[in-house]
Amino acid sequence: MKLRQGAFSFLPDLDDSQIHTQVQYCIDQGWAVSVEYTDDPHPRNTYWEMWGHPMFDNPDAAAVVFELNECRKQFGDYYIRIIAFDSTHGWESIKLSFIVNRPKEEPGFHVTREEIKGRSMRYSINSYATKNPEGKRY
Amino acid sequence: MVAENLNTIKQSKEKIDLHAQLIETGVEHVLLELDNTLIGLEPVKTRIRETAALLLVEKAREKLGLIHETPTLHMSFSGNPGTGKTTVALRMAELLHKLGYVRKGHLVSVTRDDLVGQYIGHTAPKTKEVLKKAMGGVLFIDEAYYLYRPENERDYGQEAIEILLQVMENNRDDLVVILAGYKARMNTFFESNPGFRSRIAHHIEFPDYTSEELLEIGNKMLDQLNYSFTKSAEQAFLEYIDLRKAQAHFANARSIRNALDRARLRHANRLFKENKGPVGVQKLSTLEEYDIRESRVFTGGIDN
Repeated sequence: MKLRQGAFSFLPDLDDSQIHTQVQYCIDQGWAVSVEYTDDPHPRNTYWEMWGHPMFDNPDAAAVVFELNECRKQFGDYYIRIIAFDSTHGWESIKLSFIVNRPKEEPGFHVTREEIKGRSMRYSINSYATKNPEGKRY
Repeated sequence: MVAENLNTIKQSKEKIDLHAQLIETGVEHVLLELDNTLIGLEPVKTRIRETAALLLVEKAREKLGLIHETPTLHMSFSGNPGTGKTTVALRMAELLHKLGYVRKGHLVSVTRDDLVGQYIGHTAPKTKEVLKKAMGGVLFIDEAYYLYRPENERDYGQEAIEILLQVMENNRDDLVVILAGYKARMNTFFESNPGFRSRIAHHIEFPDYTSEELLEIGNKMLDQLNYSFTKSAEQAFLEYIDLRKAQAHFANARSIRNALDRARLRHANRLFKENKGPVGVQKLSTLEEYDIRESRVFTGGIDN
């Protein structure tokens, strides 16, 4: 099951030159772009591991694509995303986030149903991948 | 296959006006500015014109569908201090940007300190950080030979050199590297790092300025600051240049700038000492012979 999180996730995967164009847009808007990775695809997993520092003072997107490829070398089987942070007063939040790398196989999620009082149901999801400990999932 | 292609392309009637391209891209403007603002340096200017021509032709070939290859643009500037290497590098960045060979056209100027770390494992991230900053523009490494210290085999400079070479080769489309430094030391540097020599296509030498050119530079500097020489002061300054050139640590245009700074100092001092009532524009902006002749250089001393 393909993970649909962040922008462009219903499109075919972006190639490097398309990533370059998107990142260049972010940089031109004055946002700080950074690369993050994780092997826990749960949608509530907000904070991924940072790959290096956010790149505040790189005027060109080539640097980000370069770092992305460095990250792929080490975490080629992880989810990698690019996020762009807008530091403008009042915003101070992520303006754009999109996945740029995913594991070869994405096993999807298991739905757990729990009966609670009054025949109500409570649902939660777990990725099949997260059964294994961190680092051994994909 | 390729030959066939060439034949079909040769049929093409499309034509490109190179001269119009020169003006359209704004390259002509940069070249003219180079001619006007930089005094002397004829061989440098010719080389830059030649390079610009080659790059324009490459672009035209690309447009018409002929086989083209992004030329290696890494350069080395060698010359004595104060001969305008940094200034030319700045112009070069602008030029390459206008020609469409670098995307942003900014110049990141660094020395050994910015590339080499202080402890094991510190160098690689530091160098990469700088390289990333320079992507899409030009990386200018001043006094590049300090990266290589043969007398200390544990020196981290070698690590920076390796990363630099790797990126120069793999990310050729992303950045242009310009190495600069004194000629003799650059030569030893290249000899001990053959990897660099072969990856750099353009070796440009910056000649020393003649006394007349230095005087012209001096006049230009003064003009920018709203000062001027009297006739006799100009003569004195020419003598000063000749004397100063013979001394140690002469740094061409930089020495001229320093000499003028000191002349302005003496000028200000003189105005106070004379104390002849209010002074006008004329007095405030004219350097006289006295301001030059007071220099230690005329009595055998050394100026910086």
